[in-house]
Amino acid sequence: MAQDKALVELLYTLADDDFILAYRGSEWLGLAPHIEEDVAYSSINQDMMGHAAKYYHLLEELGEGDADELSHLRSPEKFRNAVLLEEKNGEGTYLEQPQYDWAFAVVRNYFYSIHKKFRMDSLRQSSYEPLSDTAKKVSIELQYHLMHWETWFKQLMTSTDEAKRRMTAAVERCWNEMGGVLSLGPMAEEMAEKGYIASEETMRTKWLDHMKKTFEQIGADFPGELGMTKGNGRQGEHTEDLTQALETLSEVYETNPKVAW
Amino acid sequence: MTGIESKQVVETVYQVLQSVTDPEIDSVSIRDLGMVEKVDVDGSKAIVSVLPTFTGCPALDIIQRDIVNAVIEVDGIEEVEVIFPSKPIWTTDRITDQGKEQLKQFGISPPPANHTPGEPWEIPCPYCGSVYTTMENLFGPTACRCILYCRSCKNPFEAMKPVANIGDE
Repeated sequence: MAQDKALVELLYTLADDDFILAYRGSEWLGLAPHIEEDVAYSSINQDMMGHAAKYYHLLEELGEGDADELSHLRSPEKFRNAVLLEEKNGEGTYLEQPQYDWAFAVVRNYFYSIHKKFRMDSLRQSSYEPLSDTAKKVSIELQYHLMHWETWFKQLMTSTDEAKRRMTAAVERCWNEMGGVLSLGPMAEEMAEKGYIASEETMRTKWLDHMKKTFEQIGADFPGELGMTKGNGRQGEHTEDLTQALETLSEVYETNPKVAW
Repeated sequence: MTGIESKQVVETVYQVLQSVTDPEIDSVSIRDLGMVEKVDVDGSKAIVSVLPTFTGCPALDIIQRDIVNAVIEVDGIEEVEVIFPSKPIWTTDRITDQGKEQLKQFGISPPPANHTPGEPWEIPCPYCGSVYTTMENLFGPTACRCILYCRSCKNPFEAMKPVANIGDE
């Protein structure tokens, strides 16, 4: 099959989004609010890492190179994930004084999972069959992630004043970058024309409609316009946080890429 | 190899696969878990198609290795290839009755026979059979399991998450 740039860009978008957010999630291991959450969150990250691996294998089949190398040896500007998903969990690192923000983790994962659901609804009809097959499998696992994050989101948004204050700050923060998650980048139109995925506008509307209902249901103020203030990851624009994430997660692999880890 | 001989070899490979288990639920064979989709024998080469339960299942490499080690012992087989096709999709209704029984013995409640994705489901305790149970965690020690508590016999237990294809609206 001849290289199709729009398809390749879409696969990188899907792979890198799951890969980076799963990595950020994995940094929470042992630090989640309670042990049950540690079990749940790490399962979700494992699933998401599996989804990313699946997309990297599809890229491998299209001649983009070895799946392990695609995830571990690309430079930051080659990544297509949205900026919101690469951002650090909070101050400190998982090894030293992690002052991580649980509200940010809940809101970021909830917002992303809802978008991922609409993505999968569309991708199950994709004109690229390997992608529609993958979406069918991912959709099943995603159901459980959605139940999980929706429960956290709604409960904390309607909890104590302290919880509400922190959640509202996290909502504002994520809202200011969510535009980047909903973007499909410069090739969006071609992706839709070729039937790989629904149009950016369609999925943006679905996400916003869903959020309007959710905010109404929990009696919270609906935030204003969506933003994308730190660059569009779909065009390779990223923050220092991505560089740091890639350095950390590739540290072992890079010591000897020929060894099977 | 004649057609009949080749058919016998396929049959023997299936029998051997009965001894291969998921390392995370080692009382149930991968056949009873419904993971073996197909066995093809081409000359002295066996090709085993296996369906992963969950995409990110870390046990796949071990299962692959165990299949190769088991099948290579079959007379007439000199090469084994394990493939993970992306369809059909593994669903919990592929688990055999014997598989369900063995899951219970392992302390894992088998998935319900018919389940609509997203809907609640009734989960009987694998020890006493009571449905007076509560979900403690939708997630468990492996991607395919969740953790529950039996209010009747006061035992914690696990259950397989129901996995069914999602229809389109």
